[in-house]
Amino acid sequence: MTAHRHLLDIADLGGRAGIDEVMRLTDSFVEVSERPIPRVPALRGKTLAWLFYEDSTRTRLSFETAAKRLSADTMNFSVSSSSVKKGESLRDTAKTIEAMGIDAIVVRHASAGAPHRIARWVDASVVNAGDGWHEHPTQALLDCYTIRQHRGDLAGQRIAIVGDIKHSRVARSDVWAFTAMGAEVVLVAPPTLLPPSLDGWPVKVSHRIDEVLPTVDVVYLLRMQRERMTEALVPSLREYTATFGLTNQRVELLRDDAMVMHPGPMNRGVEIAAEVADLPRSVILDQVRNGVAVRMAVLYLLLGAGTDRVPEVPPPTPEPLAPTLELPRA
Amino acid sequence: MPESSSLVLKGGRIIDAAGERTGDVVVVDGRVTAVGADLTADRVLDATGCIVAPGLVDVHSHLREPGMEEAETVETGARGAALGGYTAILAMPNTTPAIDSAAVVRQVLDLGRTAPCDVFTSGAITVGRAGEQLAPMAEMAALGVTLFTDDGAGVQDNGLMRRAMEYAQGLGVSLAQHCEDDALCGGGHMHEGEWSARLGLPGQPAEAEELMVMRDIALARLTGCRIHFQHMSTARSVAMIRDAIAAGLPVTAEATPHHFTLTHAACATYDPVFKVNPPLRTAEDVVAVKAGLADGTIAIIATDHAPHTAETKELPFDQAPPGMLGLETALALALTELDLPVQQVLAALSWNPAAAIGIAKTHGRPVAEGEPANLCVIDPEVTWTVDGATMASRSTNTPFQGRELRGRVRHTLLFGEPVVIAGEPQR
Amino acid sequence: MAERERRQAPPYGGVFAPRTRVMDSDDVQRAVWRMAHEIIEANQGIDDVVLVGLQTGGLPIADALASALASIGGHEVLVGSIDVAFYRDDIGLRPVLPEAVTHIPWPLDGRTVVLCDDVLFTGRTIRAALNALSDYGRPRAVQLAVMIDRGHRELPIRPDFVGKNLPTRRDEVVDVHSDGVDLGEMIR
Repeated sequence: MTAHRHLLDIADLGGRAGIDEVMRLTDSFVEVSERPIPRVPALRGKTLAWLFYEDSTRTRLSFETAAKRLSADTMNFSVSSSSVKKGESLRDTAKTIEAMGIDAIVVRHASAGAPHRIARWVDASVVNAGDGWHEHPTQALLDCYTIRQHRGDLAGQRIAIVGDIKHSRVARSDVWAFTAMGAEVVLVAPPTLLPPSLDGWPVKVSHRIDEVLPTVDVVYLLRMQRERMTEALVPSLREYTATFGLTNQRVELLRDDAMVMHPGPMNRGVEIAAEVADLPRSVILDQVRNGVAVRMAVLYLLLGAGTDRVPEVPPPTPEPLAPTLELPRA
Repeated sequence: MPESSSLVLKGGRIIDAAGERTGDVVVVDGRVTAVGADLTADRVLDATGCIVAPGLVDVHSHLREPGMEEAETVETGARGAALGGYTAILAMPNTTPAIDSAAVVRQVLDLGRTAPCDVFTSGAITVGRAGEQLAPMAEMAALGVTLFTDDGAGVQDNGLMRRAMEYAQGLGVSLAQHCEDDALCGGGHMHEGEWSARLGLPGQPAEAEELMVMRDIALARLTGCRIHFQHMSTARSVAMIRDAIAAGLPVTAEATPHHFTLTHAACATYDPVFKVNPPLRTAEDVVAVKAGLADGTIAIIATDHAPHTAETKELPFDQAPPGMLGLETALALALTELDLPVQQVLAALSWNPAAAIGIAKTHGRPVAEGEPANLCVIDPEVTWTVDGATMASRSTNTPFQGRELRGRVRHTLLFGEPVVIAGEPQR
Repeated sequence: MAERERRQAPPYGGVFAPRTRVMDSDDVQRAVWRMAHEIIEANQGIDDVVLVGLQTGGLPIADALASALASIGGHEVLVGSIDVAFYRDDIGLRPVLPEAVTHIPWPLDGRTVVLCDDVLFTGRTIRAALNALSDYGRPRAVQLAVMIDRGHRELPIRPDFVGKNLPTRRDEVVDVHSDGVDLGEMIR
């Protein structure tokens, strides 16, 4: 089992083996969450800090619940833009938090790379809860878990990710996580919503959702943000919905056993029709539910060593083996 | 007034525009008085194993004064320059206020008078560098400014740039351009390509630079005005300049050491020390820049020395300001990274830039009797490790932190005065 | 075995090299039968008795005891499993990964839980199991059945039902498996 210090990118888990480890741990934490007393002392005495520069009640509560179920203590430094001076050194903020005796900092920031910088400056573990357009590793892990839960091993499954890939940290983490687990990924978006270069991305691309939907096991919808309208990326939300939205008509194109996923929050009527979100094939609420157990697994992996003591039993010193036959002397 | 005393640079080999030869160099009263074997003087500066060359000239330094003195001052910038072998530097006008009037020009020149390097300044092309109205170039030219640029930004308006070029030509001054089309840049913080896609950072495409290079070449053709392209970074920019020069157009170009050494892969750690405008580009672009330096398309190496305080560089990548230190590492990088004869490297660092800004009468001179003694003594073999904390700059933002380089300045003479002796600044 | 986790945790890791067969499979079977009778005797029947095997070495013991109890007592006994990874505090450098999921799908209140494990050593695993059990409810009593008690206790824990008492050195290793019980050591 590899030791982990940070979870900044999906790549930090070291490929399929690492993600599998998280999946198995999550099974255990799902069981813990279903107990009469859903709590284990695994992180007793550890303190976690939430450093959320971007508002996110949902993700923060998910981490908070995970921490509490592991018996950890928490401190909240979530900052709305008014309480943090613009331009206050990220380093100073991180160091101040660490000085209070923190074992891990969970960071969400509008700037890609902010958790990576913090990880350079502190001894604590750093968990990336979303950095700009870059990655959102715990989201991808709960997505993997949800797919595995409903459809088994991801290897060989075909997953379409639809929407604003360019600006999506969820999409990036999902691409790396799904492909590491052996799934085939198709990105479906207009060219303006794709990253400038897909060199080295192990994905296929399509601009035609109707051709892709009948061929996939999972369709993963990304939020289409209204803010994007000012950037001339798509002519209008209506046009986006007509060409890429999972409408009531389009959902009929999916195979009977295909699943619909969304990281939330949904723009009902834009990327997903209101009724589609509530179909049995939409596992969006399962994603949220699994989020707590997945985050417990991540926090346990990063912080769950008892202490840094060497175990009590000293290294075994092997007794000399039974005497071998002596060779006759000449 | 100190008594005239003589100084000899002993045991080195001289490389200048005239060629390469061994010889001691005697300096009296600010001038070279003798060059030859076994010379003596009151004071000896050891140059054994070293190259004696005309002092380097940087046509692109941000000295941050007035307005941003926490990052650098004219004095600290000049000290770093002297340590890097520079005897002349040209300040860029993106200060606060901008250097867009005689008053600010005068202020910068005054600050430079006591500096350990000959400090010149450029002037802005437009008032406040806002790109709307021409700045009073004539009044600045009257104070000796020979080069005008809005550096930090490019002049966006095509019509305005044309007028600026025509006007400049009338005055006999040069214009230089920081080529960056704002609309195409779209708020990009690094090169738009496979790294920006993977890192999730908005990027600016190579075309944001190339579009303005293309435009200014066309305007140079239209107006006949000289245009100097600053910090060229892309393969196609270099190619267009090559063609323009071949077509006889009055076009020159410079490149920075970071653009012939580093690529956009360096940004993978999200360390804003690697954030710069124009951004670090692809490996192919680096190859093309080196080729441009090799075949003379790019005749000048300039540092674009851009100090920033630690606090500003400790912000997330997209919030941090772009820019890197350069004065103390340029020579070593040029000697280490470019596979070129030393004389050609020195041409790009010394006499070519001197000519570009009209100071060729005092800087970049041949090492010969009667010439002003603006010289540097370079040990080409010594290895040293770059450490931003020990540099003369007020700031420490060097992307080469911890890197081992070969080649370092031992002594620097400014009009005969040793401002650097054995790697130590004298003032 | 009690050392299983230690084997996985660095800097250990290695291969078990058996030296002596302490019990063969017949010995184990006889011990199981005797322990089953002892459980019935101690609890005056097995009406409210449930077996909980510690992952993973205690599961075969729990299953074997359940079979024996069923044969003797005439009715099935509930068997569950518990992984105490999250309750350990003595492993040191790395988090302990659960080998398998805990499965206790019935209420424990008012019942007698017989914890089953293969080897009792320092007692820390059992203490962790007691903590874990308390998160599932409040049993009337908890008893401990182990195949081998090898001594070297570090906590005041004692077994109620023992297959065999086996004095050992600290650095020796005891392995309980399908063909019997071996004493040996770890070879790096």
